[in-house]
Order: sequence, then structure tokens, then C-alpha cells
Amino acid sequence: MAYFGNYDDHVRQFSWSIAEKELEYQEGKPFNIGWHCSDRICARGQGGKTALIWEGLGGHEKRYTYNDLRIRSNVVGAFLQSLGIAPEDRVCLFMDKIPELYIGCVGILKTGAIAQPLFSAFGDESLFVRLENAGTSAIITQRKHVSKVRKIIDRLPNLKHIIIVDYDGKKPLQEREVAFDMDQSPAVESFDAHPTTRESPSVLHYTSGTTGLPKGVKHVHYSLISQYLTTKWVLDIHDDDIYWCTADPGWVTGTSYGIIGPFSMGATQCVMDVGFSAEAWYRFIEKQRITVWYSAPTAIRSLMKAGDEIVRKFDLSCLRHLASVGEPLNPEAVIWSEKVFGKMFHDTYWQTETGSIMISNYPGMKIKPGSMGKPFPGITATILDTRSCEPIPEPGRIGLIGLKPGWPSMMRTYWKNEATYQGKFKNGWYLPGDRARIDSDGYFWFVGRDDDVINTGGHLVSPFEVESALLEHQSVAESAVVSKPDEVNMEVVKAFVALKPGFNADQDLELDIMNFIRKKLSPLAMPQEIEFVSGLPKTRSGKIMRRILHAKEWGEEIGDTSTLENDE
Amino acid sequence: MQDQEIKEIVLKYVISEYVEDDDQEVTYDTPLISGGIVDSFSMVSLKRFLENKYKISIPDEKASPEAFDSVTKIVKLVKEFI
Repeated sequence: MAYFGNYDDHVRQFSWSIAEKELEYQEGKPFNIGWHCSDRICARGQGGKTALIWEGLGGHEKRYTYNDLRIRSNVVGAFLQSLGIAPEDRVCLFMDKIPELYIGCVGILKTGAIAQPLFSAFGDESLFVRLENAGTSAIITQRKHVSKVRKIIDRLPNLKHIIIVDYDGKKPLQEREVAFDMDQSPAVESFDAHPTTRESPSVLHYTSGTTGLPKGVKHVHYSLISQYLTTKWVLDIHDDDIYWCTADPGWVTGTSYGIIGPFSMGATQCVMDVGFSAEAWYRFIEKQRITVWYSAPTAIRSLMKAGDEIVRKFDLSCLRHLASVGEPLNPEAVIWSEKVFGKMFHDTYWQTETGSIMISNYPGMKIKPGSMGKPFPGITATILDTRSCEPIPEPGRIGLIGLKPGWPSMMRTYWKNEATYQGKFKNGWYLPGDRARIDSDGYFWFVGRDDDVINTGGHLVSPFEVESALLEHQSVAESAVVSKPDEVNMEVVKAFVALKPGFNADQDLELDIMNFIRKKLSPLAMPQEIEFVSGLPKTRSGKIMRRILHAKEWGEEIGDTSTLENDE
Repeated sequence: MQDQEIKEIVLKYVISEYVEDDDQEVTYDTPLISGGIVDSFSMVSLKRFLENKYKISIPDEKASPEAFDSVTKIVKLVKEFI
């Protein structure tokens, strides 16, 4: 039976104290996510329960019980302390989805330091701007990624330690590098988690905006209250469930619902550190008997593309509850999942800044395919007029999503960027930057972003960041970056590029520019298409009019062009 | 063009463009997609390389993660269109 019952009853009776009570939170007393994710589970007699089942290439498997999680996170914590890492220092996790990433995060949190997870596919420049902005003290990484750190270390005086978790001794360690073997280090039975309190910083996630550099979203230990309860009610993870969150902890879903939420509940979760293929995913579900599956629309559409026949090769009857996040889940995907798995995916809506699920479809609640669902109990969400930012009383009208601040996992600020943080609030509402409408039954329906940020495969890419990087390519005179529609990823990056004299707009140059961005920023930010142009549409004041290029890509009306300098 | 020649060109390109760890051994049969060396976004640039190099057009429906999962498989795919 689902934890979540009647929606209206939950809304009426809701208080965050439900989660506070279950997690034994007391105002003013120490409250540490790392401790809650490991020691607390052991203290309630579940130390022998499996916490993490990890599978790598070739079916190589590792298993950790909650007692292992407790001891190994102690090992990480003690090691960091031995290096001089202090509470509130930033410690970056820059790894593939290996056990050290999951357990390392718990260990960092126990020390009171701030965990800064970063997507391991980031190129050196993406890594640099995030480490520099955070003033990161240490980075935990793998041999395969250390070359990117070495490229930028001279520009990062605050980065004192580069911790390599799989050092094999074949080549000498370089400046500031230190080897650390989490599994082979002597067990640390006892480790006093730092007495962090409600507002102590916990996690620093970076997210992209339309302008400026990526922003560091600061979360605090009290965010666990939201993450715990949403994991329980939305993802409906029970004691005997086997849970799989496919997100990478380099992004917020992988942290909130791939580490903190499930571990704080004492759940058994699986991780597959293997590249995507439909067959590999289905085989993993069948092999591990996964019951609760939290994935993303891009992955679901990729599975749809692989066809129905392949689904029938596997016994997926273990699946009990499916949920999705990252971008709008199209109705076809919901209907398809019911056809092939016998279960509908439950769409959930939230973002890095909110720290936990805000709007969702719940177990037992009627799903309207294509809808985001309804606000989580305790969350006041509405649609605001785009100009006045006043709530729109009548259903059906499109406006900005507005969330009433005050839930436990709301970001506390953007790191060293309080002004931008304050700018996210209007009329007492937090604006996530998305447009939507509400139907007469109270269901929310996503319409689109309210800015130029590109959502590709559920990951936000800043056009500004890509344009800035493009200008560093020797051939690029100017550029404009917009999204273009994509069947699987919803949107992908497209660049319009004007070349400097002496360069030929040919296919080889296009590929060279694509690879330049891929390595500098990330594969996500790489333009999937480059259109060479002789000039870009600009206002008379010289500002590039991205919206005209965007409208062309999406087949939309171009709108007012009265300020246009030229009509190229 | 001989299979072996294409294999060597593709392998060299994969190593130079996608392999971050100098010590990582990549052979003709090393899993590229499932092995996490090339992700689904990067596959687009690898496909573009093949199309430019061999003056071919690989339809999107043929450019599946499975078809790009090793140099040997990629060569088989390329040969279909040369």
C-alpha cells in the first residue's frame, strides 16, 4: 500500500513536522545529513541491510550494507580531516557513478564540509569556473579525469588537494595530488559527525542561467526534511523495495534522490555505471529486481525508440512504481510506459534551486498524461501573470510558475551572488523561470522556459556560456546559441556562427568547433548543429536577438522586429 | 577501402578525441558507449566525423548506441554506406 493516500487529505493535514518527527529533528540540536544517511539507519538495527548495489562494465558488482556505508563514509570523513579539511570547506566530487561518489558525499557531509558534486563529463573550463567560484579546497576524482584538473590547477590557488581514488602507482603523483583507496583503507568504526545544525550548508550544486557564469546553489542540512518526505511520498520507497535512480549525482536529482533521499530512508538502491543502451537497462532491472525506478524523459524516449520488442525479452514484472524528472514528460511516453511496463511514469517537477520535488503526480492519484501533477503538500504553487506577477485566478491561462518560499530544501542563496538570488523573487513568490497553466482540476501543465536557457536531456545549458566559449575558437568572430527541437532530448544546442576572415565554412570546421566546445565545456553543451552565417540579427544597440533565431528553429512567429538592425 | 584501414583511422580518432586517460587501453572491441568513453551527446560528433571522412550519410535510425559501441561495430556500419 502506498504511503501517500488521498491528496486533498494530505494537503489539509500537512505540516513539515511530520518529517521532523520521523527524523527526530529538534530545533537547535545537531542535524547532519551524513549521519542520518548512515549511522541513524544502523542505530535503528538495519546495519546489515544492503544500502548500495553498484554495477560497472561487464557486470562487475559491488555491494555495501548500511554498516559498510557508515564505516566507509567514516573513512572518507577521517581522511578529509587528516588533510585539514574543515567545516564549510568545499569538497568537490568529480567522478563517474562509482561507489566513492555516493559514499564520499555522505562522508563529506559528516565532516561538516560542503559537498560540491560536478558532472564528470565537464570539460576543463566548465570545471574551472565552478571550482574557482566555490573556492574549492579539495577535489575527489579518478585517474581518468585528473588530466582535466591538472590543466587548470595553476589557476586555482585555493585547491589544495586532488584526491585520486583509483591510483595504481604506475605514474608518479603530481603537485597537490594524493592517493586514497576508500575500500582498502582501515575501517574507521567511530567518527563523530560534525554537529551541523539546521542552517549549516550541505551541498553546493551549480546550475546554468541565461547570462553570466554558472550559479552555485547553496543548500543546507535542513533540506533533508523535504528530501526525505518527498522520497517517501512521491517515490513511495518501502523497506523491501529495490530502488534505481538513473540520474548522475553531478546533477541535483542524483544527489537529492540518488543519495540523500533513499539513504535517509534506509532504502536499498542500485547504481549502474554503464553507458546507455535499452538492453543494458532492461537487463539491469531484471537482474536486480528493481521495483521503484526514477528516470528522465530523454531516457524514456530513448527506450521508446528502441522499440517494444526488446522489452519482451526481459522479465520486468518486478517494477512497481515509475517516476520521471528533468524536463516535461510527453503524454506519449506516459501512455507507452503503461503499455509496455503496465505502469505509468509519474512526472515530477522541481529544479536545482528547490532542492526537492515541488509538483508531482502521486501514487494512487489519477494521472493526466502530459501533466506535471499537483503541488506537494506544504508547497504553495500558482500561476502568475507574466507582467504583474500577481496570481492568475482563473484556470487555463498561461503564466509564470510561482512558489511561495519557506519549504525546508529551498536554496539559501547563490554562492557569492546574493543579488541574483534576490532577483528570483517577485511579489513574495519564488520564480523558477518556467511557464505553465493550471487546469480546472488543479493539475499543472508545463508550457516552456521563460528565458533562453536550453534544457537538453534534462540538463540546463547556458547559451551565454557556450557563446563565450565559441569566441575562444580561433575561427569564430561572433555567435548566437539557441535551442532546436529534438525528438529524444527535447532540445539540443544549435549555434549560429559568423567566421573571421580567412576561414572557410565547411564540414571539417564545423566538427572542429563542435569538438572544441565538447572538450572545453561538456558534451551536453556541444552544438549538435552549427549554421554558418555572414552576420547575426542584432538590435540597433548591437545586442544579438536570440529570440529571432529561436523562433526560426521552432517554427514560431518572429514577433516584433522593430528594433532589428538588419534582417539577415 | 579495407576494413583494417578504416578500423585504424576510427580507433585513432576515438583515442585522440574521446579518451581522457592516457593509460586507458582502447582496442577495436572496447565498449565505447556502454563503457562510458563516448556518451550519447558525443556520439553526434563521432557520427559527423565518419560522415565527413567517408563522404557518407548515416541515417539517425541507424546511429544507435549499439551500432556505435565499438570500433569494429562502427566500421561495420560505415561499410554499409561507403
